[in-house]
Amino acid sequence: MSKPASLSLDQAPPITVPLRFFLTAPLFAITAALLLLWQGPDLFSSRWNPALLGATHLLTLGHMGLTMLGAIMQMLPVVASAPMRRPALAAALVHTLGTGGIVLLCTGLAFTLPLALKFALPILGSALLLFAALVVITLRRAMPHNMTARAMRLAALMLGATALLGLTLLSNHAFGWWLQSREALTNLHLTWGLLGWVGILVIGVSYQVVPMFLLTPPYPAKITRWLAALLFILLLALAPASHSPALRILLGSLLAAGFAVFALTTLRLQSQRRRKQPDVTLNFWRGGMISLLLAVALWLAARVIPALDMAQSYNPLLGVLMIVGFAMSVINGMLYKIVPFLVWFHLQSRRGPSGPKVPNVREILPESRARGQMWLHFAALGSLLAAIFLPASLTYPAALLFGASNLWLWLNVILASRTYRRINGLIIEASGHGAAAPQIMK
Amino acid sequence: MTTISNFLAPDHQRCDNLFAVAEAAAARGDWDNAATGFVHFQNAMLHHFAMEEEVMFPAFETRTGMTQGPTAMMRSEHRQMTDLLNQMAEAAARKDSDAFLGDAETLLIIMQQHNMKEEQMLYQMADQVLAGELEELIGRMRAMD
Ligand code: HEM
Repeated sequence: MSKPASLSLDQAPPITVPLRFFLTAPLFAITAALLLLWQGPDLFSSRWNPALLGATHLLTLGHMGLTMLGAIMQMLPVVASAPMRRPALAAALVHTLGTGGIVLLCTGLAFTLPLALKFALPILGSALLLFAALVVITLRRAMPHNMTARAMRLAALMLGATALLGLTLLSNHAFGWWLQSREALTNLHLTWGLLGWVGILVIGVSYQVVPMFLLTPPYPAKITRWLAALLFILLLALAPASHSPALRILLGSLLAAGFAVFALTTLRLQSQRRRKQPDVTLNFWRGGMISLLLAVALWLAARVIPALDMAQSYNPLLGVLMIVGFAMSVINGMLYKIVPFLVWFHLQSRRGPSGPKVPNVREILPESRARGQMWLHFAALGSLLAAIFLPASLTYPAALLFGASNLWLWLNVILASRTYRRINGLIIEASGHGAAAPQIMK
Repeated sequence: MTTISNFLAPDHQRCDNLFAVAEAAAARGDWDNAATGFVHFQNAMLHHFAMEEEVMFPAFETRTGMTQGPTAMMRSEHRQMTDLLNQMAEAAARKDSDAFLGDAETLLIIMQQHNMKEEQMLYQMADQVLAGELEELIGRMRAMD
């Protein structure tokens, strides 16, 4: 019988592994806000606007992508029931290559610099494909009935496929050859990225964290067993269907139904939670689920009402709802559970039986700060949506709110990591001063 | 048939419920109910740990010869949770809601991950290796109070 692994410190990766991702990610969202301030209302003038492509990837890869990579690196050993090999090295490689590649990709796209894009191709490509391979290989050892592990594996495969399509599209920008099916490939790329990589990952993680943090009933077994795999197959089928509009609408409707079932189930479970007191993460998740439902409704409505599909506001609305409303809300909410707990957990395990007192999660990240940032985030979301209809008057306020929200998020993560460094310093000092010191520190 | 899984897993649920009651009272600032609720919760947790550490784990260790395996891990997590319970008891005595709720949040995460590992792994392994003596073991756990 193989020895089941533990969740102890010898299994958890060093705290720097996830933190380096969490500390960099908000900077990319702040940069996206600056890009919007600089471009102003013109940013949404066309979906092929270079600055818009740059801003989109500052958010999807820079903010969401890096945070998700960091969180997966942290969760992987637990989900796989086995430690990851050389986590610090893997994190350093993925983080350094990834960050560099994203900077190159986004500057190259936004300012039309083919040379930057030529460097971005191999650097970003190797970071993401290396990461996807790492996840799939590590999860080989996971228990077969662990549904989170299954969904995480499917999401990683989708990340790989999204990246390969993205690299193909990018080679078009970098080398200037004319890609024939650019629009169809872009649609497939963004659907796999947002619904496959982000959507399936959020679904898999929800199975674990929604019941755990809120003491809700578990997700129904029918959903946990089938939903992620079903969505994965539907998404794959979109590739050969790109030349048949009718089939595409059928697949799209089934996907919409799948995500609606997920969002509605999550909202229902959350309303049945046994932990009733206010919770910032819960609000972030509710906002995320409502945005997802609105995106589904908008997409379905546009299938029935062709004028909607043609409207200039349609694509930007869908994009803001999915990226800022759904993905960023959920991710932001998760950070407020993950970061304080990790700081506490690592300090607690290092302190020994009589080391200095470790602050609790609320002292590490005061609830009031998280709550304030949350309101700013939702104000930014609302004003971004409104700015699509009133670009002249609302684009700048929306960009400022969005930048301020992400700056505050960054400061909150910094605050927690400072506390880690301060207390860790005390722990090292206490252990250096022999047996008498710890008593004084208390 | 009663198994380790379906005897001990529902006890996790019972502890979760008691946790929610005590935490909600503390969040309302209702310290009378928080204090009694917390005592119920703490007793339920310690009782659960005792059933495992005095009956189920030793039987598992004897049968498998694994003393440094999963049970050692679970015991050390029990110590971690007991420390947090003690801190919460002190916070409840001081009516310090930030300390109480902060430790409650931390305890909940540890507790849920711990329960998941027991329910998805250890209890199922125990049900297999201890198949012949389930009735006797569960009887002994039932008799503890
Ligand atoms: C290696 C990684 C990636 C590369 C190289 C890449 C590259 C590209 C390129 C070049 C385009 C523009 C297509 C064109 O102009 O022909 C594009 C569009 C897009 N990508 Fe990516 N991408 C990557 C990852 C992702 C991920 C992970 C997501 C989402 C989670 C994503 C979301 C989008 C979206 C939403 C668009 C459409 C923008 C629009 O229509 O205005 N990309 N991508």
